[in-house]
Amino acid sequence: MSAGYNFGFLDEHAKKEVRRAILKAISIPGYQVPYSSREMPMGRGFGTGGLQITLSLIGANDTLKVIDQGSDDSVNAVNLRQFIEMTCPGIDTTTRLSEATLIQSRHRIPETPLKPEQVLVLQVPYPDPLVVVEPSEDKRKIMHGEADYARLLVKLYEDIVKFDEITISHRYPTRINDHYVIDPSPIPRWDVPKLDNSPALILFGAGREKKIYAVPPHTKGEPLAFEDVPFRVEDFRDAQGKRRACARCGATDTFLDEFMNEDGSKRYQCSDSDYCDETLEADMMTEATTHA
Amino acid sequence: MRKILEVRNLSKIYGKGCPRCIESTGPEADTNMCPHCGSVVAIHDVSFDLHEGEILGLMGESGSGKSTVVKNLYFDQTPTSGEARFFDEAGTQDMFHLNAAQQRRLRNQRFGMVYQNPHLGLNFGISSGGNIAERLLMNDVSHYGEIRERAKELLSRTEVLLSRMDESPGNFSGGMQQRVQIAKALATNPPLLYLDEVTTGLDLSVQARILDLILEIQQERNTAMIVVTHDLGVIRLLTGRALVMKYGRVIESGLTDQILEDPQHAYTQRLVASAL
Repeated sequence: MSAGYNFGFLDEHAKKEVRRAILKAISIPGYQVPYSSREMPMGRGFGTGGLQITLSLIGANDTLKVIDQGSDDSVNAVNLRQFIEMTCPGIDTTTRLSEATLIQSRHRIPETPLKPEQVLVLQVPYPDPLVVVEPSEDKRKIMHGEADYARLLVKLYEDIVKFDEITISHRYPTRINDHYVIDPSPIPRWDVPKLDNSPALILFGAGREKKIYAVPPHTKGEPLAFEDVPFRVEDFRDAQGKRRACARCGATDTFLDEFMNEDGSKRYQCSDSDYCDETLEADMMTEATTHA
Repeated sequence: MRKILEVRNLSKIYGKGCPRCIESTGPEADTNMCPHCGSVVAIHDVSFDLHEGEILGLMGESGSGKSTVVKNLYFDQTPTSGEARFFDEAGTQDMFHLNAAQQRRLRNQRFGMVYQNPHLGLNFGISSGGNIAERLLMNDVSHYGEIRERAKELLSRTEVLLSRMDESPGNFSGGMQQRVQIAKALATNPPLLYLDEVTTGLDLSVQARILDLILEIQQERNTAMIVVTHDLGVIRLLTGRALVMKYGRVIESGLTDQILEDPQHAYTQRLVASAL
C-alpha cells in the first residue's frame, strides 16, 4: 500500500538535498552539515533525522533493519519500520543484521561487526558535543573550525578530580579523523570503539537540530581521554568481580540491559536482541547435533 | 637586552570615523569623541618597544585608552590600524597579520593576561585547578597527572592553598581570585604578560602581597610585562619605564623615576602632584 505518497514519503527534491548533505558529511568526516530537515508525520525528537536519511537512501532493492536501544520490537523501532514499509513499497525489512543493507538505529551499534556493504544510520538528539561548554552556536562553529576542544577536556579533568574517573556514560565525545569531535548520539561507551576504523559507513541525523554528519568507512575515531587515564568501556562486573552473563543466551561479551524481577532481584540480558536470538539458535543447533 | 614586542602607530577608533577625527580629538581638543562624526578615538598613534624581562607601565585616567592598548595586543579587539611585532624564540610574528588560529595560539601559549575583574579571566563554573588545566589542555598537554602536578606547582607558587584547588574560584576572596588568575596566566610560562589593573579594588595589604608576587615572578622567569593602572604607587613600585596617556594619545614617556620626579607635560604634572 503506497498510501498515495511519493516513494520514501519525501519528495525527490528533499531527498536530493539530504543526499547532498550526506555527501558533504562524508567528505568532511565529523563535520556537522546543516540541512533543511523537513516536517515529518511525527514529532521532532522521535528519530526524524535518522528517518530522513533512511528515506533518502533507501531503494527497492534494500533490506532494512530498524533498532531501538538494541531491540527490533520496541515502540520506536516498530513504528518507524511500519512507516517506512508503508511509504517505500517493494523494500524488504528484517530483524537479522546479516540480511540488512540499511540499518537505522536508536542509541546502539549492533554487537556483530558491520559489513562494508552495510550503512548504519543513527538518530541524534544533540549533535554538538560543545553545547555543554559553549551556549553560542556561532562560537561553537569557530571552536570546531579551529579544533579547539580544550574546554571539553576540562570537563573530563573535573570529572576525574571529583569522581576519580570519567563519568560520561553515553554521548561520549569522539574525535574523528584527528580533527572534528562529534557527539556520537547516545550510544553507550561500549559502542564507541566500533566507530574506529568501521568497515561500514555510519551516518548521523539530527532532525530537530537540522544537522547531518558522518564517520566514513575506515576512518579514525578516537574517544577523548588523557594519556594516563585511558578511555574505558562498561565492564559489567558483579560485586565479586565476575563478568555478568546474559540471562537468556549466556553471552559474556555483550552490552547488557538491567531488568528488575518481581521479587526485586536484578536480571541482565543482551541489549542487542537480534544478537541474543542468534546466539540462542546457534546453541540449540549445536545441542541438537550433539544429541543426534 | 632582547626586544620582545614592538608596537607602531596603534590606533583604535570606535564608530565609522571621518577624515577630521584625528585633528579634532586628543589632549588639545580635550575630548576623545570626534565632534563631526561622533566616533570615539580610543587610541591613536601609540608606539613603544618592550624588552625581555622589562615591566612597562601604562598610566592615565579612566577612558584614556590604556586598557584598549592591552586588549588589542591580546587580540580581545582588532585595531583600526597599526602594527605590532612579537619577537618569539621561533621567529618574529607580525601580530595583526596572523589568521585567527595563529592569533589564538599566540594568545594561549605565549601571552598571559590578568584582568581587573576575575570573571573575565576565570571560568567560575569549574574548579581553580580546572582553570589552569584549561590553559594547559589548550596547549596539548594531555597527561592528567602532569596537568595536576603543574596546577599544584603554579597555585602553590602564587600562594593559593592547595587544599582548595578543587573549589570554584567563586568561593574565594578577591585577592585569592587574582592569585588564581595569575597562576592561570603563568601556566604556559609565557614570555609576555599583560596586567590590567590587577590590584584595583583590593585592600592595601593584599595589594602589597600581589605586587610582591608579580615582582618575584618577573625576577624568577624574566617575564616581560605591560602593567595598566591609574595607581601611581603601582607604577612606581613595578615599572622601569612608563607611558602617560590622555584621550587616547601618549603625552609623555620615559623612565618611571624621571616621569614621577620631573614630569614635563602639564597633565602629568597635575597627575603626579595630585597623588603625592
